[in-house]
Amino acid sequence: MSDCRRQWNREDELPVYLAGPISTGPNQRKSFGMFSSVEGAFESKTIDFDNYAVGRKGSRTPRSGSRERLLDTGEPVGKTPSEGREGSPSGDETGSERLLIKGGRVVNDDQSLYADVYIEDGLIKYLQSMIIPLSFPHPYANGRMVIPGGIDVDTCFMKPFLGTQPVDDFLQGTKAALAGGTTMIIDHVSPQPGDSLLEAFERWQEAADKKACCDYSLHVDIPQWNESVKDELELLVQEKGINSFQVYMAYKDLYQMSDSELYEAFSFLKQLGAVVLVHAENGDLIAQEQRKILGMGITGPEGHPLSRPEELEAEAVFRAITLGNRVNCPIYITKVMSKSAADTITQARRKGCLVFGEAITASLATDGSHYWSKNWAKAAAYVTSPPLSPDPTTPDHLHTLLACGDLQVVGSAHCTYSTSQKAIGKDDFTLIPEGTNGVEERMGFVWDKAVAMGKMDENQFVAVTSTNAAKIFNLYPRKGRIAVGSDADIVIWDPDSVKTISAKLQQSAGEYNIFEGLECRGGPALVLSQGQVVYEEGKLQVQQGTGRFIPRKHFPDLAYQRVKFRNQVKGKQGVIRGMYDGPVYDVVPTPKYITPSPSAKTSPTSHQPPPIRNLHQSNFSLSGAQIDDNMPRRSGHRIVAPPGGRSNITSLG
Amino acid sequence: MMSERRCSPEDDCSSLLSRLGSDSPRPRMKYGGMFCSVEGAFENKTLNFESFSPQTQRRRAARTRSDKKNYSKREGDRLIVKGGKIVNDDQSFYADVYIEDGTIKQMGENLIIPSGVRTVDAYGQLVIPGGIDANTNLQAPQKGLNPTDDFYQGTRAAVSGGTTTIMDHVLVEPGMSLLSAFDQWRDTAEQRACCDFSLHLDITRWHDGLYEELETLVKDKGVNSFLFFMAYKDKYQSSDSQLYEAFWVLRDLGAIAQVHAENGDIIDEEQKKLLCLGITGPEGHVLSHPEEVETEAVYRAVTIAKQANCPLYVTKVMSKSAADVIAKARKKGMVVYGEPITAGLATDGSHYWSKDWATAAAFVMSPPLNPDPSTPQYLTALLACGDLQVTSSAQASFSTAQKAVGKDDFTLIPEGTNGIEERMSVVWDRAVCTGKMDENEFVAVTSTNAAKLFNMYPRKGRIAVGSDADIVVWNPKETRTVSAKTHNLTVEVNILEGLEFRGVASVVISGGRVVLEDGKLNVTEGSGRFIPRKAFPDAVYKRIRARSKMAEARGVPRGNYDGPVHDVISMTKSVPPTPTSRGPPCPKTLTGSRNLHQSGFTLAGSQVDDHIPRRSTQRIVAPPGGRSNITSLS
Repeated sequence: MSDCRRQWNREDELPVYLAGPISTGPNQRKSFGMFSSVEGAFESKTIDFDNYAVGRKGSRTPRSGSRERLLDTGEPVGKTPSEGREGSPSGDETGSERLLIKGGRVVNDDQSLYADVYIEDGLIKYLQSMIIPLSFPHPYANGRMVIPGGIDVDTCFMKPFLGTQPVDDFLQGTKAALAGGTTMIIDHVSPQPGDSLLEAFERWQEAADKKACCDYSLHVDIPQWNESVKDELELLVQEKGINSFQVYMAYKDLYQMSDSELYEAFSFLKQLGAVVLVHAENGDLIAQEQRKILGMGITGPEGHPLSRPEELEAEAVFRAITLGNRVNCPIYITKVMSKSAADTITQARRKGCLVFGEAITASLATDGSHYWSKNWAKAAAYVTSPPLSPDPTTPDHLHTLLACGDLQVVGSAHCTYSTSQKAIGKDDFTLIPEGTNGVEERMGFVWDKAVAMGKMDENQFVAVTSTNAAKIFNLYPRKGRIAVGSDADIVIWDPDSVKTISAKLQQSAGEYNIFEGLECRGGPALVLSQGQVVYEEGKLQVQQGTGRFIPRKHFPDLAYQRVKFRNQVKGKQGVIRGMYDGPVYDVVPTPKYITPSPSAKTSPTSHQPPPIRNLHQSNFSLSGAQIDDNMPRRSGHRIVAPPGGRSNITSLG
Repeated sequence: MMSERRCSPEDDCSSLLSRLGSDSPRPRMKYGGMFCSVEGAFENKTLNFESFSPQTQRRRAARTRSDKKNYSKREGDRLIVKGGKIVNDDQSFYADVYIEDGTIKQMGENLIIPSGVRTVDAYGQLVIPGGIDANTNLQAPQKGLNPTDDFYQGTRAAVSGGTTTIMDHVLVEPGMSLLSAFDQWRDTAEQRACCDFSLHLDITRWHDGLYEELETLVKDKGVNSFLFFMAYKDKYQSSDSQLYEAFWVLRDLGAIAQVHAENGDIIDEEQKKLLCLGITGPEGHVLSHPEEVETEAVYRAVTIAKQANCPLYVTKVMSKSAADVIAKARKKGMVVYGEPITAGLATDGSHYWSKDWATAAAFVMSPPLNPDPSTPQYLTALLACGDLQVTSSAQASFSTAQKAVGKDDFTLIPEGTNGIEERMSVVWDRAVCTGKMDENEFVAVTSTNAAKLFNMYPRKGRIAVGSDADIVVWNPKETRTVSAKTHNLTVEVNILEGLEFRGVASVVISGGRVVLEDGKLNVTEGSGRFIPRKAFPDAVYKRIRARSKMAEARGVPRGNYDGPVHDVISMTKSVPPTPTSRGPPCPKTLTGSRNLHQSGFTLAGSQVDDHIPRRSTQRIVAPPGGRSNITSLS
């Protein structure tokens, strides 16, 4: 669309003050160590806004604005000057609106402060703390919060299932997202096995460019691991601005990868500096259980959770973490649905593993008891995988872990299918398309169940709904923070609003809402996307296609700083030994017993040419490190002892 | 010779014992689940010997005649063990033990015994049931190399250390028949072994066709435990699906699943990586088999076993974290057992970095010894509190020349350490002398638990009237220093070289004959009998049975879904995620002709035919985007 918007697609055109923090070199951001789950580490972390402001002054001059607007958050929304809404912003005016949010309480993940936010050209230009100190007894009810717009890292608006598309496409989906206070989504590109990743990515990007009404980025799912995928991955990372890829441990014979493939994929993605998303369920066992349960005559949606018990999720999470730890690659577990899986992540983090966990709206707000509903359509609406845990205490537990930082991100896994689509599996639960809604309700439920309950504070709320995701996927501080120079994706959050979720009132096109009838405190009063007011007082004013693709650089600091150091530390060294010159048992190659070396890459001694004494090589060695220590020495001679012969083993070390 | 062996399985055991071992509820159960790691549960469990003895006495007259015939080669010894303190897993008491015909005939003080009975003096010493080593590899070849210590050498060493029963692993190479491998092992062992033995089968390639052989083995051959490998990729490794199917079958047969738990895929990749880095020495072995890889596999095995509701026995628990996984799983109520081995309890993996190649290579085994030096203490502590249950040796000794096959490539080093001889002493020294466990627990972990798990109890693993006369007089005061020079194995390296252990077997009675006395071994090659084991061991399967009844999943009775159904355009590319087409597939081509014979009328509540899935034959394809009125009938 307009030039100034498209500029963002190239990293090198980013303004200096943004390009700096995103790049991998040591810079300002690191000295503060902003993302850290160490207790007390949050205390003294402040962004020096002036520091950023300097860069701003030098690099960008404000454009001539066409309109100015004042948003006063200290006042009820009703008193907001109405001129802002007149003439809904059209595409070519993007970035030309000026806004001032006055009297709000700016909440970032590290601190809250009273400040005015001035927005121009879709960016935050100015952030002035007010003289009112934080301790000022400002009536909480009136003081609305100004928070960074939410980032939903897990949506599937175009995921095909048996040739059908979700009812919420990029337009419906992003509309719902904006109505819920989410101003950026990261969607999953889901190519089928055999498809080109690149083509799939372009298809998705094209569709999203046409339809999305908020900024978006894309994860790419890897349906199959083979050599040809590698080039495409490299291209996607280096040129297309993708730094996260999903692999599957479930869906046997379709997407599932074996442990060896996962190991290779992890190693490769680590070299590229990408974040690995893992769908963690043990596909082998699920396939077995599904067969068993269908054999028992259970064909309804209750077969779905019965065939995917919690243990299989926890097991796969454990395995993924083990693999990630072996490869020294950061792992991101999508859709943590059960207590035991979450606990596995917690324990792994305690041991220092680089793993991030994502809870989703559905698992945070409801449980799996509905699978046993007598109403088929209702039960089927809950089908997602991993399934919702039937344990009703799961949501509570997950909220607790989110609050203490053991889980980091809240996604929605929004992927809605209509009841008639779900009914494809009416006689066989394995054919029910998987996915639930949640993009619209995501922020609200975290507020309702965690902040309003006193489990987490508003700063942690911002962290889990927006900032952490921005950091993990390298969008920070462009997204996920209210700071000078950041994108003007801002939500004015009203902690007191109460609404009852219903399919009738939602933006999503699905005819069933799995949260139907639940009451939710807290919701957005006003949403700004790219500096434009898109949602106010329950009214959406969006324009199709205004969403920009946000490229993400590889090697996100949050995940990869530690990896770099670990790489250095974890270098393995052999022991410097003298050559073994004792007798060697002669292996008689019997046809039955194959040498176990899995590949022919290693050189088994039995396949060596007959021993010839190498007269040029002597046993003489200087003890201590030598320059050629890293080269493995082959002893050229071999003494085959008679069977049972005793040896005199000499060692030179 | 042959005829007596034919008779030895089961039918010649006293009927008392065969009844006890069987799966019907009998006197043993009255005393409340003897194998039970609940705290405090050990306190009031006593065998009421009187309740056994009347039956025994009644039958003895009839039985002795036939026994004489059967046990001709061991009839010689009539023995009385005097003055010792009998230690069983539940209690200790002072009593004399009278042995005749290879079984314990009388216990108590002032026994009335025939004259001319040889007396074994046990004053001031402990009289314990002979040890059971539940994991040895005395014949399994690796990479074409046979272990240096075969059944004769191995059992000889076992006896000298106080172990009177071994359970050896029959390694069935892929493609071989299970039965023929079993027969081969049994024949060799019967000719060579000098103590009683039983056999596990290692299944290296699972397929459905094995079912019949398994059934024969379990029902007719007396094998109730099967090992699966999760490591050794492309050679022995089983996939998760295979494990699940196998566990399912084993559960139905009443057998115990054992796993070698390591993630073979990761190991394979790590080995490649290390060889590329130029690390070819034995330290590459431990670097390529990190602890996590073991832990992960244990976790996975536990999960699979839970799904299949099959009892699981994890062989060779070598690391803290793997042991923790087992302990946690047990806390969640899973039926899983863990086995630490001699090497893991006595030493650690720091030796892999030894400058002496031969020393480093001697320690090579899988899973490897953990480099963390606190691992042995940790494992002993878990053993003491019941989180781990059985100690074994994982004996598989290869000479240095054999190990040197892998001198340029650590992946070729044959895996295995010694430990069959030192096992009991190691546990006594590391656990009992340090105050971690008492003498009764010592008996439990070295003998009784294994006997219960593998269904040899109370024939083995207990000193009671009617049990086999496998008895060790244990001298807790004596010490011995392990050395390759003095040990009874032929292998020239001992990984425990130079370590001193308190607690030594001073007299060993195997099958009613004194085989070790005054430091002198007096064994007869081929005197060992094969001990058949019945399916459905009580200690394990009582819980499994109850759970199978509880765990049945039930569907929800619903009315037919009569709303619109999205029309699936069958595409060649997108396959439905069902792995097989066994499930009732959604009719794809059938156009909705309304079945007038079927009505939507149902009676609410459960109906007799609720378990039969109903197919709705009518289908309404709605226009795209059409909203539906979903009716539910209950």
